[in-house]
Amino acid sequence: MKHFRRPTILIGAGLVGVWVLVALFAPLLAPFDPLKSLTPLASPGAPAPGGGTFWLGTDLLGRDILSRLIYGARPVVALSTLATLTAYTVGVSAGLLAGYYGRWIDTGLSFLANVILSFPVLVLYIVVIVALGPSPINVVIAVTFASAPAVFRIVRTIAADLKQRDFIAAAVIQGESAWRILFIEILPNATGPLTVDFCLRLGYTTIIIGALGFLGLGLPPPAPDWGGMVNEGRALAFAFPHLVIFPCLAISSLVLGLSLLADGLNEARDAQARGS
Amino acid sequence: MSPKIMTPEPPILSVKSLSVALPAGADRPFAIHDISLDLRPAEILCVVGESGSGKSILSSTMMGALPRGLAIQSGDLTLSDKALGDIDLTALSERAWRTIRGRRIAMIPQEPMAALNPSAKVGRQIEEVFAIHGRLTPKTRPAEALRLIKEMHLPDPERIAASYPHQLSGGQCQRICIAMALALSPDVLIADEPTTALDVTSQAQVLKLICELRDIHRQAVLFITHDLGVVADIADRIAVMEKGRLVEVGTAEQILKHPRQPYTQALIAAVPSFEPKPRAPVPNAKPGHCLEVDGLSKTYGRTRALKPANLTVERATTLAVVGESGSGKSTLARLLVRLIEPSDGTAVVNGHDLARLRGTALRQARRRIQMIFQDPFGSLNPRRSVGGTIARAAELAGCTRQEAEARAKALLERVGLSASAYARRPAAFSGGQRQRVGIARALAMRPDVLIADESVSALDVSVQAQVLTLLRELQMELGLTIVFITHDLRVAAQISDRVAVMRSGEIVELADTASIILDPQHPYTRALIAAAPGRGAI
Repeated sequence: MKHFRRPTILIGAGLVGVWVLVALFAPLLAPFDPLKSLTPLASPGAPAPGGGTFWLGTDLLGRDILSRLIYGARPVVALSTLATLTAYTVGVSAGLLAGYYGRWIDTGLSFLANVILSFPVLVLYIVVIVALGPSPINVVIAVTFASAPAVFRIVRTIAADLKQRDFIAAAVIQGESAWRILFIEILPNATGPLTVDFCLRLGYTTIIIGALGFLGLGLPPPAPDWGGMVNEGRALAFAFPHLVIFPCLAISSLVLGLSLLADGLNEARDAQARGS
Repeated sequence: MSPKIMTPEPPILSVKSLSVALPAGADRPFAIHDISLDLRPAEILCVVGESGSGKSILSSTMMGALPRGLAIQSGDLTLSDKALGDIDLTALSERAWRTIRGRRIAMIPQEPMAALNPSAKVGRQIEEVFAIHGRLTPKTRPAEALRLIKEMHLPDPERIAASYPHQLSGGQCQRICIAMALALSPDVLIADEPTTALDVTSQAQVLKLICELRDIHRQAVLFITHDLGVVADIADRIAVMEKGRLVEVGTAEQILKHPRQPYTQALIAAVPSFEPKPRAPVPNAKPGHCLEVDGLSKTYGRTRALKPANLTVERATTLAVVGESGSGKSTLARLLVRLIEPSDGTAVVNGHDLARLRGTALRQARRRIQMIFQDPFGSLNPRRSVGGTIARAAELAGCTRQEAEARAKALLERVGLSASAYARRPAAFSGGQRQRVGIARALAMRPDVLIADESVSALDVSVQAQVLTLLRELQMELGLTIVFITHDLRVAAQISDRVAVMRSGEIVELADTASIILDPQHPYTRALIAAAPGRGAI
């Protein structure tokens, strides 16, 4: 366990942990109603009319930015986790099948994955969302569609390597069923690299959800959405930088946390493998 | 085979109370401790020891190439030089070492294929040795490389020089590596298990070559090996190591015929003898064939990995399948357990044709024939406890979860591990212990036939002897039929009732063990027996 007590992991887990807690306890933490118009374009630190302070100012429609950031953490945390999990379910299953069975299953699935991966990611998201319409579920579908091929490739490689090992041969000789070989014998041996990739991919998904919000393809307004907030503040960003800076900081702190976590886990795994 | 040195010459390389410390937390404080050895010109000194004895650390110390984290703790390492007097090797800088390595002390690697650059012709790679050390001119180097290749008795030297490593056999690659080591006429040649990766016949040729070159060039050879048969063939003197300490040094005659230390005696006793052992039949065994193979073959495209094979194995007996790499013996093993699909033929185990069954019927018939694998590290799932692995096999054979756990614990004890090992992962066990777990896993299914595919070749001789004894005991107890795949005729002579000799995908001879060893009929069988190292001595 000593390998996991390194600064990158602690800081990363801290940042991510804070945002998860903020999302969970948003109603208790937010000082104002995130949808209610109070004073338009108040500066950070300005006093609110009914008592209290707009710590991060208000937006064009007079809504408290801090409260919107706090509530905005909910869809980001929930959607990026859900979307990454579904991408993993699809990618891991397909990767195990292709890596273990090889032959035409591998050829077919790899071809499909390569076709999807050959499109610019953002174009892919826009096409999917425009086709299905913006909604939380469709964001999940779009992320799954675009991320699963990358997960597929990792799992496929690991499975193709592991199936050569004698312990898999032993399982086959014992008459073990195919799904047990895939999910009980092979998958647990892939958890190390997959955990690292999962953290990184959560970060990518967070960015993508932000970008979709910015493009107006995220959550429909007036729901608080970090990317959407940047977009709304864009026109006035030079006069009122607080409209844009704080949502940007929110996105980058969460992504930074996830990246640090992924880096730290990777280093810890290496250190553990070296046995030092 | 080698001429004895009458007057001891002054040593060329001298080791005095050399110690190399291991980092804190290792299983012992020293990698090697208090080693004193003299290496004289024109002698072959064999350093023998089992894995973990520190013999490889000794050789890397002499090359100034200790792994990171290890350093010489104390002691002297002196190279005598006619011009410069004695050179203290322990005090050399990395830059100074570069004038020693290759020029004065050269090395023959363990894995010749891995030691050569796969994308350069081997002739060029020999020329490069001269280029790095600024010898000869670019014009004269190819001729010198060719001369060296000729000296290695390689056929058609021009073609070999223009070949890439993958176009050569392992034995040929090793001879190229020897040519590279000899290119600068070093005084000392260090050979770390140089023939372990080779087949017996190429091993015999390489050993002969090393002796011959020593006679011509009179360089000192430090030969590191675990194989006492090889030692008996080439050693002038022998140093025995155990757990980083020097147990005994002496002439080959002294050590092999009159070992004084108990460890050396045990080591020599553990070497399987070439004389076939009379084998008592298994009591109460039902007569009849347990395994019948008829016309079993495997073709990949146009390559015939296994030509149609026919053999029968009596119940409760052992058949050894002997052959070199590429002989098709592993293909046969994998076909028998249906890890690969046969192209043709049948393999009948107690009345069930495993080559024909499909789906559920196949999965159920499978437990009749189980396998023990070669690599004790790859054959256990690293993420599962060893008990869980064995218990799962028992469950698949039809036990309930409680029965399976009980059977796993009983089997762990039966193979010489304790039941308390149940919850531990494979990483906590040594190679020999893991191989025992592999045996327990196979037995948990209560099979009729056990296929052992090179199951002891990765183990030290003493551990190998224990595992072979265990297998024999289990055969007596359970009436197991065993097919034992091996490259080692010695092992085959000890454990089998009958032997099948394979070559190029074909069974060339199949007979009782005694007649194979004492009266081989096929020329290839004779060649194999002649090539086996240390035939006369041990």
